[in-house]
Amino acid sequence: MVKALRIDGGDNVATLLAEASKGERVEIISDEGVAITHVEALEAIPFGHKIALTDIGEGERIIKYGEAIGVASRPIKRGEWVHTHNVESLRLPERRV
Amino acid sequence: MEFYGYGRPDGSVGVRNHLLVLAPIDCSYEVAKRIADQVEGAVAVTQHHGCGLDWMVAHNLIGVASNPNVAAILIVGLGCETLNADVIEEGVKPTGKPVERVIIQEEGGTLKAMEKGVRLLRRLAEEASEQRREPFPLSKLILAVECGGSDATSGIAANPAVGVAANLLIDEGGAVIISEPQEMIGAEGHLTGRAVNREVAEEIRAMIERQVRRLEAMGIESRYMSRGNIEGGLTTIEEKSLGAVRKGGTRPIVGVLRNDWNGLERPRGGGLWLQDGTGWDIGSVTHMVAAGAQIVVFTTGRGSTVGHAIAPVIKVTGNPITYRRMRDNIDINAGTIIEGRESIREVGGRIFRFIVEVASGRRTKAELLGYRDFAIFKRDRAAERLLGFI
Repeated sequence: MVKALRIDGGDNVATLLAEASKGERVEIISDEGVAITHVEALEAIPFGHKIALTDIGEGERIIKYGEAIGVASRPIKRGEWVHTHNVESLRLPERRV
Repeated sequence: MEFYGYGRPDGSVGVRNHLLVLAPIDCSYEVAKRIADQVEGAVAVTQHHGCGLDWMVAHNLIGVASNPNVAAILIVGLGCETLNADVIEEGVKPTGKPVERVIIQEEGGTLKAMEKGVRLLRRLAEEASEQRREPFPLSKLILAVECGGSDATSGIAANPAVGVAANLLIDEGGAVIISEPQEMIGAEGHLTGRAVNREVAEEIRAMIERQVRRLEAMGIESRYMSRGNIEGGLTTIEEKSLGAVRKGGTRPIVGVLRNDWNGLERPRGGGLWLQDGTGWDIGSVTHMVAAGAQIVVFTTGRGSTVGHAIAPVIKVTGNPITYRRMRDNIDINAGTIIEGRESIREVGGRIFRFIVEVASGRRTKAELLGYRDFAIFKRDRAAERLLGFI
């Protein structure tokens, strides 16, 4: 089963340890390696990318490492891919890549 | 918990017993290298910023020579340089270590300087060889953490695992140094929030702000994320920097170590210290070694071969493929986290135990390969003045 790592207990995203396909059940593990829950991937998500562990409203913070890494630029559902298409930096609202 | 190290006259403890042959200027480096080649356990180092007395360079050379991994020092000078043997000897004096010198112009050329240098160094080597390792508490250790050649695994495997080891060392009373302010851009709020007091928080903020202004002056977008970063799964600069600083662990930040023309500060006790430095790997490692770090842990994703002239460098990768391909260079496989075979905590514990073993004499892969990387970084003093930093 595909696993995703939730690095800090307060995180609302987990990082995929292998690529997940749409509809796949993803096991969420803690930094102690304990399985916490399962989340169904609502779309294909690449290795190293993030999956939402909860529904996240527009403007709500994305938490990884127990810290805000940005805010949702639109509502994100549990199981959705969390990346530049639905997250904005708090430091850099205008993306410049 | 204890490790076995070499006690020094100033109370510090070395994890190695190197003889340092120091050429304060590269004009004398050829002779320094040839002298070092004749004596087992000796290593020659120099710098390439000219012979004027630039105090940022001088502080770093003095810092390296003062590092407890160095048992004794032979200074090899040309004779006419301003950054000369007097400057180094005066700077190293507080350590109480044996220091000798040979000046090429005074001796009358290469061969005469070599003969005198080899004889002096042999005597220093004999004395150093009489020293035995003794048990010391882990509170005597200063660990430097660094990363290079990062990939998508770095922020979720190698860095958090090294962070666990850093926490364990700090809990034993040890010190950890993390540098590279460039990699802290975006994590300012997180880092200042971990400062032990307001003054330290302000120093952290000011250090990162200076780096942002340097990058802007160079025309580099300081909040830039590379395409490779984004393709690898990093969404924002905050996420990238939080992943990078994670290798320093999660304990409170006790201070910022100055590293410029006014001084190169060493940790004044245990805990996590930030250092103002560079993003250039070998220069950054040398800065932290100059601040007293006896051991370096270096995380990599794509793979790195780096070692250091006087400090063992433990390399850790979070990428299991890189580990399998570069086992000759990499000490610790944290790729088991990605494979779901080990937790971050378990790998962190493994790294911590390895650090203690290396402190007691176990050789790292870079040491077994005879790596002696060394580089002194200095900032552009004119630019720093134009920016109003000095």
